[in-house]
Amino acid sequence: MIAAFDNFPALLLWLPLIGGILCFFIKNERNVKTWSLFSSIITLALVAVSLTYTDQKHYMLNEVKYFWLTDIGASFGFVLDGISRTLVLLNAIAFPLIFAATWNTKYSNSNSFHGLMLLAQCGMMGVFMATDAMAFYFFWELALIPTYFLASQWGGERRIQAAFKFFIYTFAGSLLLLIGILYVYLKTPDQSFAMLSFYKVKLSGDEQNWLFWLFFIAFAIKMPIFPFHTWQPDVYEQSPPAVTMVLSAVMVKMGVFAVIRWLLPVFPSAVKHFDSIVIGLSVTGIIYASCVAIVQDDIKRLIAWSSIAHIGLMCAALFTLNHAAVSGVIIQMFNHGVNILGLWIVAGLLEQQLGIRKISQLGGIAQKAPVLTILLVIVALANIALPLTNAFVGEFLMFNGLFGYSKYVAAFAGLSIILAAIYTLNMIKNVFYGSMNPISERVQEITLNQRLVLAVIVVLIFIVGVYPAPMFDLIRSSTDTLLSRIAAK
Amino acid sequence: MSKLIYLVPLFPLLGFLINGLGRKYLSKSLVSIIGSGTILASFIVSLMIFFEVKAPGFAPQVVTLFDFIDVAKLKISFAFQVDQLSALFLLIITGVGFLIHLYSSAYMHEETPPHFARYFAYLNLFVFSMLLLVLGANFVIMFMGWEGVGLCSYLLIGYWFKNDDYNKAAKKAFVMNRIGDLGFLLGIFWMISQFGSTDFSVVFAGADGTPVKILTGITLLLFVGAMGKSAQIPLYTWLPDAMAGPTPVSALIHAATMVTAGIYMIARSNIMYTLSPVTQAVVAITGLATALFAASIALKQNDIKKVLAYSTVSQLGYMFLGLGVGAYTGAVFHVMTHAFFKALLFLGAGSVIHAMHHEQDIRNMGGLKKHLPITHITFLLGCLAIAGIPPLSGFFSKDEILTAAFLKSPVFWVLGVLGALMTAFYMFRLYAMTFLGKFRGTHDQEHHLHESPAAMTIPLVVLALLSVFGGFIGVPEVLMKNGHQLENYLAPVFAQSTAKMHEEHHLSHVMEYMMMFGVAAIILVIIIIAWNKFSRYQKTTAEATGLGRVLENKWYVDEIYDTVISRPLLGFSSFLSKFDKIFIDGIVNGVGRLVQYSSRQLRWIQSGQVGSYILIMVTATILLFIIQFFWKS
Amino acid sequence: MPINYYIFLAITLFCIGIVGVLTRRNAIIIFMCIELMLNAVNILLVAFSKMHYLAAATANPATNVGSEAQLFVFFIMVVAAAEVTVGLAIIVMMYRNIHSVDINFLNRLKH
Repeated sequence: MIAAFDNFPALLLWLPLIGGILCFFIKNERNVKTWSLFSSIITLALVAVSLTYTDQKHYMLNEVKYFWLTDIGASFGFVLDGISRTLVLLNAIAFPLIFAATWNTKYSNSNSFHGLMLLAQCGMMGVFMATDAMAFYFFWELALIPTYFLASQWGGERRIQAAFKFFIYTFAGSLLLLIGILYVYLKTPDQSFAMLSFYKVKLSGDEQNWLFWLFFIAFAIKMPIFPFHTWQPDVYEQSPPAVTMVLSAVMVKMGVFAVIRWLLPVFPSAVKHFDSIVIGLSVTGIIYASCVAIVQDDIKRLIAWSSIAHIGLMCAALFTLNHAAVSGVIIQMFNHGVNILGLWIVAGLLEQQLGIRKISQLGGIAQKAPVLTILLVIVALANIALPLTNAFVGEFLMFNGLFGYSKYVAAFAGLSIILAAIYTLNMIKNVFYGSMNPISERVQEITLNQRLVLAVIVVLIFIVGVYPAPMFDLIRSSTDTLLSRIAAK
Repeated sequence: MSKLIYLVPLFPLLGFLINGLGRKYLSKSLVSIIGSGTILASFIVSLMIFFEVKAPGFAPQVVTLFDFIDVAKLKISFAFQVDQLSALFLLIITGVGFLIHLYSSAYMHEETPPHFARYFAYLNLFVFSMLLLVLGANFVIMFMGWEGVGLCSYLLIGYWFKNDDYNKAAKKAFVMNRIGDLGFLLGIFWMISQFGSTDFSVVFAGADGTPVKILTGITLLLFVGAMGKSAQIPLYTWLPDAMAGPTPVSALIHAATMVTAGIYMIARSNIMYTLSPVTQAVVAITGLATALFAASIALKQNDIKKVLAYSTVSQLGYMFLGLGVGAYTGAVFHVMTHAFFKALLFLGAGSVIHAMHHEQDIRNMGGLKKHLPITHITFLLGCLAIAGIPPLSGFFSKDEILTAAFLKSPVFWVLGVLGALMTAFYMFRLYAMTFLGKFRGTHDQEHHLHESPAAMTIPLVVLALLSVFGGFIGVPEVLMKNGHQLENYLAPVFAQSTAKMHEEHHLSHVMEYMMMFGVAAIILVIIIIAWNKFSRYQKTTAEATGLGRVLENKWYVDEIYDTVISRPLLGFSSFLSKFDKIFIDGIVNGVGRLVQYSSRQLRWIQSGQVGSYILIMVTATILLFIIQFFWKS
Repeated sequence: MPINYYIFLAITLFCIGIVGVLTRRNAIIIFMCIELMLNAVNILLVAFSKMHYLAAATANPATNVGSEAQLFVFFIMVVAAAEVTVGLAIIVMMYRNIHSVDINFLNRLKH
């Protein structure tokens, strides 16, 4: 094949990076779009090839290491284990879909827009593969900075304010994270930032307890978990659709992923100590966000709140440390990314065509755009986890884990199933069904590229929903390793 | 043959895909051929499976297709269960389903081709989900079908999506079903934590010996699911509203098949219910209460479909009563006969509505007897069957449930009979107001009155025959030795429960005869009263008063739900939304503002005067000296 | 002579310098006051250097203890000289521009 297994992480970082930098030098808008789509498809193809290497033993052994700051024990170390693969796949699938779906959107300075997008992809690739805390932190920030510029340069009216809020929020979290990383680093036996050294570090109970919060708040802001969520609706509302898609489909998964990789195995006793608080916060957040979503009149804010609810469930399920639930979370990260992408595509489309996002001002779109409606209904129903769609698999396992943790918590969190049905069906009813009005008359059937993108999403929804076994195979060994590591410590 | 079981749901799925994807390209006749043909194919396969299952010496089989979820210790396969119960339900679903597809091809002829195809696609998807529900070999696959039928019901109720009321009804149906589904889901989780599996074989084998408390919890949660799906108090209000869908849909989904999912589920997990008497009591009381409550509402409804809808809710209540008192066979028997006569009644109503040009108010009908002869006869047979006149099918199944109820407690029996009397009354009120007397509609309507085409009347005739003779597979022991073939057939499914229910005290034959024919006689009297009263019905403008008014408004349950649940939920949500904006976001913005404010205050230090800088510097240095000097002391 | 005398002299000079810097507004005088403070430090350095040398020389006449301080003094003088050139040049430019050497006019950076 084109590359030995070990080279994949390196290639996956270099491709978007070089692709992104080249974007800045292309003048013609059409060429920029073609180039960025092309380069993201190459990345996807590479990820697809890497998935064919199923030799499980290689996962943790074949770590790519570039030497960076060897004196202080930091290096660029990357690895592709099952959990990474799931998210790298999501990252690689998301970008071509985003580029294709927003093909017709006009941007000023299209070259920097697409360049920054690809840089963000590179940053997220790094986050998902890093095995070194310093490299992880580096890419964590690298993903944030392009997003800030993307949101603040190309968004809606209040974009500066929203992007600024987002930046300050995440940056504050990042600083806490940095302090935490440095402290743990000083405590490592071999003075190293490597993930395995972090896993081996011996910390007293008190140390774990306050370090836990430093890490957790950073990740909770990114996810976001109630009550650190307020940046999200504003940013999603104000960012251009493509950026919103990146943020909600991939970037918020960074928070969940970071909990799996850098929080649970490093501070296991603190996790067991604070699990009830975190689960309490998350479950409150689920119901809270679902309720707020019911009364939203802005379609983008509605999707934002629904995303907060779903992420809350993932966080709650993670802290049960139940094997099935953690597997469910990993799969759900992928599924949620795919589903929410579809929802944003439709929301962006309506805004672009009609110039409004108010649910109360729309109606009857199904009459003029049946294909759009059918595809949206499928995606929306997948988002509320109907069986035989992808989200059901994840949510089933997550709720099951939560039930094992506490029956009452699961029952309370389960109310979100009902609330989700209410807000989703309300949205469908008010936007797509019913009679038309002068505004929604202007809607047009979706173009071929959007139809293709949504069709890909729908196909993914059903494949994973009906036959999720390959996903389980992909993550099985790394989930086993993760949980046995937590249990052992 | 049972290895080919996957073909049964596969055909409707293919039909759904073809009709759904090709809805712009297929002609209407092709669509109806594909739609009905696939169901017919399923029916034929089901029939072959049924004969295989019926043959002596058949052992229940589980056909595993692939692993659905396999993680940690949890393993859920995509597997189908072939046994007596599922084979019987396959026959009911595909058989009645086929007739209704056939009927639909004529009933929906006014639709444009894409919508016509969409309709058939939904219908096929529904049959697929329903088959998944009854075929699943574990509770998760059952749950897939469970939610799937809810989805199809949502799609079909909102089929005419331009109408906002219909959309509201569709949404209500889905949300109500979801409330039940949450209970079902929690029941599954509890099952997993108790048995480590959701496979029927594992769960039912492990049920005996599990603490009763846990079993009660699981069964109650599952029953919440059944309440939603099978429209029992308090989750029944969606079903009458669901009549917004096309009439054949009401016949298929909201009468014959989907609503019986709850009964199927409990009959399937009968051993768990038998082992938890508390749940059984809850089931029986809920069923009885629903039966009476819905029947009382049906007495005063004027919409032909609403009457039938409340009658369905009421009949479902009977089935739950049967399940609650341990008459599992009786409940399944009633599911079957009810599928026949209720589908017949709905299709008959559809035929009437078709003839009346979408008029559904029975106050504007009357005298349709001579215009719609076939519809009239079949409808009358359906009414007699549901009222329980011997020897029509409803008589046998209802009698079996009532007898079992009497054995449990005479109070159940008295109330059950009361419900049966109300049933007879409202059904013949409906019949008389529709078909007897003088025509009360407009001249225009009268002019266009016509009997429906053959595609519609053939299903009516077939269903009427089934309603008349369907009961003979379950003739009680007293009337005929070995008459109850259904009981013998289903015995293996309920064997575990039968072994647990020791008290086999039979009623004396005289007593049984008296109950059977005494009730039938009273029902006959009621029918005559209703017949007399409503065949002379005249339109009045007088408003109903007192109890009548309450019944006309369905006991104001919708309004109560609205004030007790919907409004508070919306209010709470708005409050949270504001709370978020003002309080939580306020704190965040407040922190930002605090930083800005303090920075602005600190700015005054940077005056730009070199002198002041130096003064600060010197003062600070001196302070440092002083601090350093006095630190130790 | 006891070291105290040198210290008192240096402190006096330094305080005069500080007070001068704080109270005067004429840039040249401030400049001279700064020089005064530098020289106060120089005196201290030389004095301590001598003190340490005398203490060490009783034991070992060939010692060079304290010579670093003298080096520092030279450094300071050189730096001061460089500073004078730059500083005076700035003051001259300032005078050309605003016709004054009053530092209270020098708060432009704030605006």
